[in-house]
Amino acid sequence: MATVQHVVHDTQGEFEPSLFGTYSKKIGMWLFLASDSLTFGALLFAYSYGRISNPDWPTPFNGDSIRNATIMTACLLSSSLTMVLAVMAANRGDKPWIRNWLLATMFFGAAFTVLHGMEWTHLIENKMTTSGNPWSSVPLFGGTFFTLTGMHMLHVTIGVIYLGVIALRKKFLPILLALWLIGWLATPADSVFHVGIHVLLVGAIISAIVLFLKPKDYDAHDVEVSGLYWHFVDLVWMFIFPLVYLMSTKV
Amino acid sequence: MHDTSVEHTDSKATYLWVWAALLLLTAVEVVLAYKQVLTPVHMLEVLLVLSVIKAGLITMYFMHLKGELPRMRWLLTISVTACFALMWIFFFRDADRIVTLGVK
Repeated sequence: MATVQHVVHDTQGEFEPSLFGTYSKKIGMWLFLASDSLTFGALLFAYSYGRISNPDWPTPFNGDSIRNATIMTACLLSSSLTMVLAVMAANRGDKPWIRNWLLATMFFGAAFTVLHGMEWTHLIENKMTTSGNPWSSVPLFGGTFFTLTGMHMLHVTIGVIYLGVIALRKKFLPILLALWLIGWLATPADSVFHVGIHVLLVGAIISAIVLFLKPKDYDAHDVEVSGLYWHFVDLVWMFIFPLVYLMSTKV
Repeated sequence: MHDTSVEHTDSKATYLWVWAALLLLTAVEVVLAYKQVLTPVHMLEVLLVLSVIKAGLITMYFMHLKGELPRMRWLLTISVTACFALMWIFFFRDADRIVTLGVK
């Protein structure tokens, strides 16, 4: 008769030590971020290439746009501060403050997305599309701008959902679904955000699958790994803001 | 076995200083954009240097990369920097060629 062997996974010395002196989840996130940085790098290089090789590159960002983008930058920088304070709270096992700081981070992230949405709406109202703009004959401007900033906005939205799952777990699902429904009903049918808001629905479905198939109480490691993702989103904006907005300023 | 616990030695005051420095560098960038005294290529270079400093502060302090083992820190930094350097060499030299020679 075969004997049943029980494998105990949390025994010290059971596995080879980590080559990088840290836990696998964090190494996995760093590897993802390294690959994601190349995606953003390619988009940033495409925009910057177009910017410096076209003397006729449009400069549509006036004082209001720069003020708006500066407030957005301040929101993201402040969200990074609250995120790192959430990681500190996680290190000392202070659960109420983990949740409070994560909610503050989500607030700043959501504010950033709303402000960015307003900026997009303003540009679209001025007849800017992915293949043309009213300010110059360079069609690449709209395509590179919307791709780059849209990709970043998507990352911020995913980040807010990710932090919501860590902070509130299953309680976050009805909130997310309510936000999706309100957003969907509140935006005009011809608005790009009427379609874009479905990201929240997809996020809610994926979050529900994760939360119901693998329910767990998220620990300090999970908070730290989610923080790495969030700081990366902030870091990418530190390049987008100057290269996209400040390089195309008309004040 | 290596210690894989979450331990970071920076204090709350350090994080506040880093946050303030990031805001200050952002303010410098905005002022440069308003002044518009530099050509686009020089402006791009200055903004990139400031952005790299900001990225360094975020990765080292907020992402705690300075607390990781040197081999992890260097592997990540060198691999990502090498990829960006390759992009820089191919893209910007060509963009500059178009501007300098007037190639359409």
